[in-house]
Amino acid sequence: MAKKFELNEVEVWDGNYAASQALRQAQVDVVAAYPITPSTPIVENYGAYQANGFVDGEFVMVESEHGAMSGCVGAAAAGGRVATATSSQGFALMTEVLYQASGMRMPIVLTVVNRALASPLNVRGDHSDMYLGRDSGWIQLDAFNSQEAYDLTLCAFKIAEHLDVRLPTMVHQDGFTTSHKAQNVRPLQDEVAYKFVGDYKPVDDMLDFTRPVTHGAQTEEDWHFEHKAKQHKALMDSPKVIDEVFKEFKELTGREYKRVESYMMDDAEVAMVILGSSVETAVLAAKELREKEGIKVGIIAPRNFRPFPFDLIRDELDRENLKAVVCMDKSAPGGAMGALFNEVAGALTSTKARPMVTNYIYGLGGRDFSIEEAQRIMKEQKAHADAGHITTQIQQFSGVRGPKLGFYETRRGK
Amino acid sequence: MSKGVLATDKRGVRELGAEKKVGWDEVPQGVVLNSFDDNVDNLSHLRPEERPYSDFNSFTATVASWRVIKPVYNRDICIDCQNCWVWCPDTSIISRDKQMIGIDYDHCKGCGVCVEVCPTNPKSLLMFTEAVDNEEALSGWPEKKKKEKK
Repeated sequence: MAKKFELNEVEVWDGNYAASQALRQAQVDVVAAYPITPSTPIVENYGAYQANGFVDGEFVMVESEHGAMSGCVGAAAAGGRVATATSSQGFALMTEVLYQASGMRMPIVLTVVNRALASPLNVRGDHSDMYLGRDSGWIQLDAFNSQEAYDLTLCAFKIAEHLDVRLPTMVHQDGFTTSHKAQNVRPLQDEVAYKFVGDYKPVDDMLDFTRPVTHGAQTEEDWHFEHKAKQHKALMDSPKVIDEVFKEFKELTGREYKRVESYMMDDAEVAMVILGSSVETAVLAAKELREKEGIKVGIIAPRNFRPFPFDLIRDELDRENLKAVVCMDKSAPGGAMGALFNEVAGALTSTKARPMVTNYIYGLGGRDFSIEEAQRIMKEQKAHADAGHITTQIQQFSGVRGPKLGFYETRRGK
Repeated sequence: MSKGVLATDKRGVRELGAEKKVGWDEVPQGVVLNSFDDNVDNLSHLRPEERPYSDFNSFTATVASWRVIKPVYNRDICIDCQNCWVWCPDTSIISRDKQMIGIDYDHCKGCGVCVEVCPTNPKSLLMFTEAVDNEEALSGWPEKKKKEKK
């Protein structure tokens, strides 16, 4: 029996430590992991808990991230609660197995500390790895600070393992800005946290010898499509369970999570859609801009990157008073508009209000995103609103040195 | 030969993939295939033909359609040593109470390992092309080879 870990009502934890504590409290059966900056401390801490008797489960050291996720898939198929952590290149190496995990409906929890993808090699935070996972069939939750990294990791087990969901779930936090920033975190006591997560309920577990099963069968054109359709349906239906889990978590802790977080949207004339630790920067910038210049700025932050909250985004942005929306993508777009822009613009095509939408690529490789820069971008949106058309190119870059970089002109309203 | 032991007696009536096609709402979650229709207990004490194999287990389907040469078994020469049973990679040698019965042609891929490991003289198993009838093959079985004197 695992020892109880003494916790204060308020602890000073960085995002990595917060995530590792949540994994410990969930009493994971198998963690198969390979270290990579900046998520290394998650599994390093977890290994220490295990060595010191705070964890009953197994800790498997593997030869690569591909091996880590493969070990997780095997352990999940066997019938255990399973989790691991990774970042960036490790995430990229896991990608092949991420699709296996979701297709095989293994409710693995992956704590991802977002970091840029090489080349050039970079250990700092951006959302390249998070974006790489967006078609992998996993549920993706996004934590903006350490407390949320802790809370959402506990919620992730409950969501992933729910019998109506049974899908693997990632909890993202930003490399360094969240993972290495010590903040006040209010943890649950071990027994309270475990009770919230609940006992693991195995489904089709291979260790049930009275009902032998084959996992991960090959299917060709006669079966593959039906399986992928069923998987997508499960993902699209998961918000019901996500909402239930968030509600239960609020009742337990008073901390409320929504699939789309919104700030100051009621009377907003312009809005910024943004992810990760930059959300807090954007909220501060918007508040200050409202006070100092009277510009009505609202912030929209998808908590759930997958399944993408198409309906909630549309509800938030289908407002008569809202004229201009800027979507902030912290990932190199690779020859397209940013993914967040595309998702949001897609949702907005079926609204009545049809606000103008622009795209900024910002913060790549951990480039700082300041309150001043956020306000400059917000004021630019106000200028679009006043002019009645987009006054800049549709996609622009924020915070990059050199001549101004932008693409595409609007054809509306000029 | 005991009844119901060979594939063709009870199973192997369909090609793999000939099972009923159902929609996305009916396919099993997560590409999981049940080996048996019912829960099973004490499985190792049940003979294959007594086990409730499901339609999704390859036991109930033939997976030998690409075989081009086949082993033919000669009961008159066999000494029931079980070498072929041990070595067959597809559990396609059928043996009961340590007595060799025959080949499961619905699962045998024609690899010829059984022939290689057969110790009798002449061999009790030989490879023939698919087109050759088993009776015909048995009628022309080779004679015992004499040891060559040095």
